Amino acid sequence: MHNFDFEKPSTVADAVAALASEDAQALAGGQTLIPTLKQRLAAPSKLVSLTGIADLQGISHSDGVLTIGAATTHVEVAAGGYGSLSVLAGNIGDPAVRNRGTIGGSLANNDPSADYPAAVLATGATINTNARSIKADDFFDGIFTTALEEGEIITSVAFPIPEASCYEKFEQPASRFALVGVCVAKMAGGVRVAVTGASEEGVHRWREAETALNANFSADAIADLSVSADGLISDLHGTPKYRANLVKVLTARAVANC
Amino acid sequence: MPKDNGIGASPKRREDVRFLTGRGQYTDDIKLKNQCQAMFVRSQVANGVIKSIDTSVAAGMPGVLAIFTGEDFTEVGGNPAGWLINSRDGEPMKEPKRPVLAHGKVRHVGDAYAAVIAETHEQALDAAEAIDADIDELPAVIDMADALANTDNLVHDEIETNQCFDWGWIEDNRAATDEAIKNAPHVTTLELVNNRLVPNAMETRASTGDYNPGTGDYTLYTTSQNPHLTRLLISAFVMGIPENKLTIIAPDVGGGFGSKIYHYGEEALVLAASKKLGRPVAWTATRSEAFLTDAHGRDHKTTIELATDKEGNFLAIRTSTLANVGAYLSNFSTVTPTFLHGTVISGNYTVPHIYVNLKAVFTNTAPVDAYRGAGRPEATYSVERVIDKCARELGMSPLEIRRKNFIKKEQFPFATAAGLEYDSGDYHALVDKLEEIADFKGFAARKAESASRGLLRGLGVNTYVEACGLAPSNLAGVLGARVGLFEAATVRVNATGNISVMTGSHSHGQGHETVFPQLVADMLGMSADDIDIVHGDTSKIPFGMGTYGSRSMSVGGSAIVKATEKIIDKASKIAAHMMEAGEGDIEFNDGVFSVTGTDKSVSFPEVAFKAYVPHDYPHDKLEPGLEETAFYDPANFTYPSGAYACEVEVDPETGKVTVCSMAAADDVGNVINPMIVEGQIQGGLGQGIGQALVENCVYNDDGQLLTGSYMDYTMPRADDLPFFTTDQTTLTPCTHNPLGAKGCGEAGAIGSPPTVINAVVDALSDLGVTHIDMPASPARVWAAIQAAS
Amino acid sequence: MSSISMTVNGKTVSGEVEGRTLLSQFLREDLLLTGTHIGCDTSQCGACSVHVDGKLVKGCTMLAVEADGAAVTTIEGMANEDGSLSIIQAAFQEHHGLQCGFCTPGMVMATDSLLKSNSDPSEAEIRKHLSGNICRCTGYHNIIKSIQAAASQLG
Repeated sequence: MHNFDFEKPSTVADAVAALASEDAQALAGGQTLIPTLKQRLAAPSKLVSLTGIADLQGISHSDGVLTIGAATTHVEVAAGGYGSLSVLAGNIGDPAVRNRGTIGGSLANNDPSADYPAAVLATGATINTNARSIKADDFFDGIFTTALEEGEIITSVAFPIPEASCYEKFEQPASRFALVGVCVAKMAGGVRVAVTGASEEGVHRWREAETALNANFSADAIADLSVSADGLISDLHGTPKYRANLVKVLTARAVANC
Repeated sequence: MPKDNGIGASPKRREDVRFLTGRGQYTDDIKLKNQCQAMFVRSQVANGVIKSIDTSVAAGMPGVLAIFTGEDFTEVGGNPAGWLINSRDGEPMKEPKRPVLAHGKVRHVGDAYAAVIAETHEQALDAAEAIDADIDELPAVIDMADALANTDNLVHDEIETNQCFDWGWIEDNRAATDEAIKNAPHVTTLELVNNRLVPNAMETRASTGDYNPGTGDYTLYTTSQNPHLTRLLISAFVMGIPENKLTIIAPDVGGGFGSKIYHYGEEALVLAASKKLGRPVAWTATRSEAFLTDAHGRDHKTTIELATDKEGNFLAIRTSTLANVGAYLSNFSTVTPTFLHGTVISGNYTVPHIYVNLKAVFTNTAPVDAYRGAGRPEATYSVERVIDKCARELGMSPLEIRRKNFIKKEQFPFATAAGLEYDSGDYHALVDKLEEIADFKGFAARKAESASRGLLRGLGVNTYVEACGLAPSNLAGVLGARVGLFEAATVRVNATGNISVMTGSHSHGQGHETVFPQLVADMLGMSADDIDIVHGDTSKIPFGMGTYGSRSMSVGGSAIVKATEKIIDKASKIAAHMMEAGEGDIEFNDGVFSVTGTDKSVSFPEVAFKAYVPHDYPHDKLEPGLEETAFYDPANFTYPSGAYACEVEVDPETGKVTVCSMAAADDVGNVINPMIVEGQIQGGLGQGIGQALVENCVYNDDGQLLTGSYMDYTMPRADDLPFFTTDQTTLTPCTHNPLGAKGCGEAGAIGSPPTVINAVVDALSDLGVTHIDMPASPARVWAAIQAAS
Repeated sequence: MSSISMTVNGKTVSGEVEGRTLLSQFLREDLLLTGTHIGCDTSQCGACSVHVDGKLVKGCTMLAVEADGAAVTTIEGMANEDGSLSIIQAAFQEHHGLQCGFCTPGMVMATDSLLKSNSDPSEAEIRKHLSGNICRCTGYHNIIKSIQAAASQLG
């Protein structure tokens, strides 16, 4: 690792100020960032820890919305009994990773194979930052890219609570990230289907399936749909064709298990 | 004799206490005073000419103490291959030099061409990044068939070919085998891949060199399975340091699986650097470095043909294999695909004609060498897969065709057409045992239950026999070995009656510190608690060939038995003197020497004390002291065997394979410590299932390693594996070593891969799938289902 | 450099570290607690597992400065006060749940964290809990047996 300064502010305002210095970078749970630094793939001058900020902690539930502080760890979400969201959080990484990794860190990183983006996009959640609120549909901007501006900090994520939802993950056997993951959420405004792990563009919605499921919310409804392999990821663990198959299989399973 | 810790008992492992409390001492845990850090600069291209290396900036950076490049080692020797293999035409194999640091050319990604020594790890890394090498990248030689066909592009220019050797076994059998296959009523042919693996001992390699300018002595702390071999290689071949000035210490070692048998350039570098600086120099590989530079395993492409009559009797086997040896010949790289592979192609069967052809190929990849099983898993996989395919073609059950062709119990000793003489075995009994522990009768019901959940269930069976307990030196010598393959032990009885046993077998997970005392305790009628094992330090042990090839008990243990027999001989003489009796009248039972026909007796501790307090010794007849050394050279290989069964469920929608059960009936000969033997089998099963389903080392066409971390190289984890059902009660003792032990370290890794694949193919057979290559990953299984339907 | 202090295995320790110093480095190199092992560089093998404020974490994926003020427990702090093996450690020895010993500290730390949150885990729950701890020697069979035995004893 290259060396860096370390700051641990206790307020969002202090964190924003600390991040204003050149090449400063926010550090949440560090479960992706620290391995990246170890490989010397990044060289921030300063790391600003967000884990000491009380305002970024905690989970609240009101008016059909579940709001999760950005520095909430996966284990806290997993233990909260929030239906499929807890199941999703309880299957990220491994127990030690879940004790450190946070929802805000996961979303800001937007790994194309991460789990949380699928739930955020499927429920149409809102990402609140120190500056604004961003709709899920506007937040994810291709792999490892989001709508966040330089120095902007996610403060919380507000999930409208679905009538029914399920996240089906098929693990990449080595990393245990999603080779493909599909989140189906039956929302008040209709069904939303979000797919992670599959596309070179990162997490995305499968709108044909949404249309079909809005007409008939059953696994059979998507039986005649086909997923194009164009633009899907090709790597050691799966061809685009294989991933296309998984998108459909997992969507059907998610619907059946909703 | 204390039954709780003698032969056949399973005392708790004494080494566990330090490991469970964080007090193990692995190489990187040893921090020597004033030590500095080495960092290697490694090639990022697979094949390239080193035009220049500019170290000037790096040399001036903070904390930098020294920089080495290949130029610094042009005068020293190369790291040699341990076995000379001759090609079919009688030509010796090609042996390009393997230097300490790459010189002139880099030959694989990760090939080290420079090293920086600095005060701290981070300073060394900073300086390593500042070294400016001008390397002209050349096209990479990766595919084995291309490597042989295209000689414009060479890994080693000086040998003018990418072929190391073209080996035939047994060449004199070739014509008869060809003829038998030509005339056979039925021939089953299968092309298969034995996937390349990365050993992945959990402790990465580490070495610390410590030169003492005051004495001229060198000490190397290193992660080694066989410190004496490392000393021999460094002394006689690589650096010329006299053996008496070089001590190798392999302290606690966190697993090896073959990868730590060999001498690596990093060991020589830290010694040379320590001499230059007069300070200890330490290096510990990152896992990324381990992936790039540890010797890999397997990597064969094979075509196998099995000829039978219409009733399924085996008539002949012929194989043709390309074996990857990587960019340089690692120490065992030439024997692994040849004599550890070709000789066991006969499997558990009577096969009248066998011919094996194997071409070893240089590529721009990390060296490939012995990995748990070493050659025998490759052979077993080929044979057992083609037998399964043959059975399906002939409409026979997999067990029926195997039983029909087994070597029968009464046929032992049995000379195979592949050149070995199996001493003992009972393969029919093993399969009977397997049927008992694997519940074959319940399979149909389980298959139906799986089907009700939309899953395809398959049952695979497999048998294996391996040749291990390496090895008779005279036979090895005939076959091309450049070293002996005996083992050494010293039994030192201290004056107060407790014992230190020095063994050349190194323990890095096998539990020698617990199990070897059981042997001596049994023979001397004492408690194993009073016996300690010393291993892993060349200054304390007479000699050793180390731990690999399932040899520690059958060869290392036998050396301990021989040394203990000498102790009993000498102690009997002392006892005779003490009791004023003739040596011929002394009996030794349960730790007591007595005079036949009298009530006179002395205990072993009394004799031990007398040995060191020889006030009244007849010095013309007796020497003081009680310490004996023995070298044991086996008369033959040992031949463990087994019968395995596996059930899998395949999800046809995703291709995911789940191992539901794995049963292993093994004949490992006599068992000294059942707990440890069972643990060895279980570990082998885990690795074998890993090879069959998840592990795969992949380079792309440019020679970049695509599976360079645990993000892409799948290690079997707890939730990938089931509980195993194991049994070692079907035993036929080895006939030629004093313990009757055959070995158990590699068995599970040899027997399980074909079992799993046979099960996967069974599950998919109704869809028309006849073969699937390892690893049977979800994507690959799904693609096979698609292709079949 | 930052000054940090924390309790490690019940003792207060302090040190000067760089921002980049990992908790595992601080434990191994500054405190010479070498039972915490490093088996990979991608946060997957779990050999470096320790407890920070009672939670299982990978010591190689946490900065030492992040543990400033925390209570850290390492494998060296897991035995009984009289130095005898704890129930979990003894179960691993009794059931041959370790071979080379390198992954073992992490396995013990992971087991402790599991049994504190789930006193009667199923086989599947145990296997899942170990998904961040890699063992190359045992095939996990005896590790699972050890944990089951420890669970029933701690019951």
